[in-house]
Amino acid sequence: MEYVIEMLNIRKVFGNFVANDNITLQVKKGEIHALLGENGAGKSTLMNVLFGLYQPDGGEIRVKGKTVNISDPNVANDLGIGMVHQHFMLVDTFTVTENIILGSEPTTGGMIDIKRAEKEVRELSERYGLAVDPTAKISDISVGMQQRVEILKTLYRGADILIFDEPTAVLTPQEIQELIQIMKALVKEGKSIILITHKLKEIMEVCDRVTVIRRGKGIGTLNVADTNPSELAALMVGREVQFKTDKKPVQLGKPVLEIKDLVVKDARGITAVNHLDLTVHAGEIVGIAGVDGNGQTELIEAITGLVKAESGSITLNGQEITNLPPRKIIEAGVGHIPQDRHKHGLVLDFPIGENMVLQTYYKQPYSKKGILSFKTIYEKARQLIQEFDVRTPDEYTKARALSGGNQQKAIIGREVDRNPDLLIAAQPTRGLDVGAIEFIHKRLIEQRDQGKAVLLVSFELDEVMNVSDRIAVIYEGKIVAIVDPKETTEQELGLLMAGSKRKEAGVS
Amino acid sequence: MSSSRLTNFLVPVLAVLLGVLVGSIVMLVSGYDPIAGYSALLYGAFGDNYYIGETIRQTTPYILAGLAVAFAFRTGLFNIGVEGQLIIGWLASVWVGVAFDLPKVIHLPLAILAAAVAGALWAFIPGFLKAHFKVHEVIITIMMNYIALHVSNAIIRSVLSNQGFKSEKIHETASLQSEFLQSITDYSTLHYGIIVAVIGAIIMWFLLEKTTKGYELRAVGFNQHASHYAGMNVKRNIILAMVISGAFAGVAGAMEGLGTFGNISVKAGFTGIGFDGIAVALIGGNNAFGILLSALLFGALKVGALEMPSSADVPTELVDIVIALIIFFVASSYLIRLLLSRFKKEGK
Ligand SMILES: Nc1ncnc2c1ncn2[C@@H]1O[C@H](COP(=O)(O)OP(=O)(O)O)[C@@H](O)[C@H]1O
Ligand SMILES: [Mg+2]
Repeated sequence: MEYVIEMLNIRKVFGNFVANDNITLQVKKGEIHALLGENGAGKSTLMNVLFGLYQPDGGEIRVKGKTVNISDPNVANDLGIGMVHQHFMLVDTFTVTENIILGSEPTTGGMIDIKRAEKEVRELSERYGLAVDPTAKISDISVGMQQRVEILKTLYRGADILIFDEPTAVLTPQEIQELIQIMKALVKEGKSIILITHKLKEIMEVCDRVTVIRRGKGIGTLNVADTNPSELAALMVGREVQFKTDKKPVQLGKPVLEIKDLVVKDARGITAVNHLDLTVHAGEIVGIAGVDGNGQTELIEAITGLVKAESGSITLNGQEITNLPPRKIIEAGVGHIPQDRHKHGLVLDFPIGENMVLQTYYKQPYSKKGILSFKTIYEKARQLIQEFDVRTPDEYTKARALSGGNQQKAIIGREVDRNPDLLIAAQPTRGLDVGAIEFIHKRLIEQRDQGKAVLLVSFELDEVMNVSDRIAVIYEGKIVAIVDPKETTEQELGLLMAGSKRKEAGVS
Repeated sequence: MSSSRLTNFLVPVLAVLLGVLVGSIVMLVSGYDPIAGYSALLYGAFGDNYYIGETIRQTTPYILAGLAVAFAFRTGLFNIGVEGQLIIGWLASVWVGVAFDLPKVIHLPLAILAAAVAGALWAFIPGFLKAHFKVHEVIITIMMNYIALHVSNAIIRSVLSNQGFKSEKIHETASLQSEFLQSITDYSTLHYGIIVAVIGAIIMWFLLEKTTKGYELRAVGFNQHASHYAGMNVKRNIILAMVISGAFAGVAGAMEGLGTFGNISVKAGFTGIGFDGIAVALIGGNNAFGILLSALLFGALKVGALEMPSSADVPTELVDIVIALIIFFVASSYLIRLLLSRFKKEGK
């Protein structure tokens, strides 16, 4: 059997935390091999070992049959291994070509030969159907394009084994389809691909084999043709996973959030929320479905006081909260799981413990007479970390060091613990694995069952249909339809989201 | 955790040693005896009570200037205006010292307070502009340095003197000078200011690490968006951070006005203390305790250097080169961290 990559019993330890515990990964030539695992399972660590960014504490690496010592990424390059990182490593102000040749510039007589490089980049791009403009500036191109630049970078350096670290996390559904085509083209040309992901759909669609790891341990390698999403999910999480969430019937209470005739402008001064009306009652989850950019962000920011509304009114339990400062709105009983957890949700350079009191730090018992009680703060943090299963070495670890799913669990713990009457969840499961998604959905439903109002905004139709009790479709800043998730289909929602009017039922 | 703390401590120490090492190469190449040079430096800084007194006196304003820079830095701001705030603080302290006749228990604290308020007001302007109009504080604080220099010169000439070059001496009741400290240090110019500076360091540590306000200031410094989301008043915190930083700088000026000089003279150029404060903060790791040590290093280098030309024939310019080398190596601490991690790996 011919393997291009063999990682045998790889072990990697950080301090006294074992990130990779004797993991074996064998990749055949010309296959797309999935590396599947929850957030924090150790996927990136294993690949960083292969790419020479980390040195393993045990085990053996063979490339094309030869035992190698990959002491740094240059060695990996020479062995034909290229990596497209989870976070791109591009210089924004450089052009595509300049980024690609960075570090291995072609020169003629001591001068960089940019024309030659551009030609080579263009040829490579055409060969694999990447459609990248070699002269475009990085800051001017989309995230999807930037990812292709990263791919070109590895190809330009002659890689024939490509590692993709969660490439689809940042892409739109259409870009994902395009990336899948690119990967297929790459394999056709004889490249081998390791695809890190926790999206089961993608694995079923493009991969030949899949290696599952869980909490740093290798669980095994399967042929994709012989398995199914439920089996993979169970292997990855270590127990059966429910894709559908069970819910008790709705116990509708009084209106908690009432929005009337709301108008909000976006940062450029264009009307983003356009005379919108919406009511969310106690004991229900209202899901907002819509294509990104139809006013969802501005709607949430107006409710939470992060931007000013132009006109209209927002009330919480009958009390006017329109354009109050954020703190007043928080104190009135609004919890908010923000869309961008790095920008809004956390102070990444604070310990995770201090992040747990981001809105309440000034109150008793965390603060007494202007002095913080770190003892009570960290007690609270320990309790939430336990209760919400936040996996972190300890509560003093910087929030930055946690994986996305654990950061999100921490935020949810913090917001739910404040016991708000209205919980706003914006894209609460973006980039998370099935285990974490299930956990978060359960928590949202739990809030609803306790008689809280929940407003869910998501671009994932599955999620909206699964979790919501009512779906409000937003289009161009207006709620254009309210539908019952049990009586609608993805197709119908898709059409409504694209602006087509509803035929049968009247628009509410 | 503890190993990273060790690294944080080792990096500046190694940087200083490397600076000293390269400095001796420079001395050798230029034909001076580095051993004689450094002996003179050491002697000039700590050789007897007089020199120790002078070194501590020089350390005092460095501590406060370093605290000012570090406080701003820890709250996400880059205060290049410490120099200007220091000059204005110096001016204000002397003004109060000259203009009032009060018992010492009131007069001295009042003069220090005036310096703090003046420095704070001077820093309020860039803070306000940053918070409300997103004007970058580096540009404004640099400009404010020049304004401070010339405004203070004009006031010295036209208000504090009659078109003269310096103000009157401050009243004894506002002075930090101490016959006791002078007498135990062979009549150096050591004054009580060092106590003020150490208290300043404790205040900075306590404020940032222990108080509710400090939590808020740090949060805003790290991530304004998250702080806004969490209900903090971002604008007010930016201004407050700048104002507190300016207050430290103003008190640094008071150390000169009420302690070392007892008056203020027309200045041809900047004192340099405010700018050195940036290096002090950097070497001290923006940490109150670290700043006490790095300010002492700077004080010792500055005072000890005076001895080098007379007893080792090394020109003062070379001393400036050594100081610059140390700053260089701290600034390139990345290199040292890399070396350290290499050593650690090989040790394993
Ligand atoms: N440099 C590091 N130092 C300490 N712990 C780390 C480091 N890198 C990763 N970890 C920890 O190792 C575990 C695996 O991380 P990672 O490989 O990034 O997971 P993922 O499968 O999500 O890519 C996580 O718990 C993470 O916190
Ligand atoms: Mg990862």
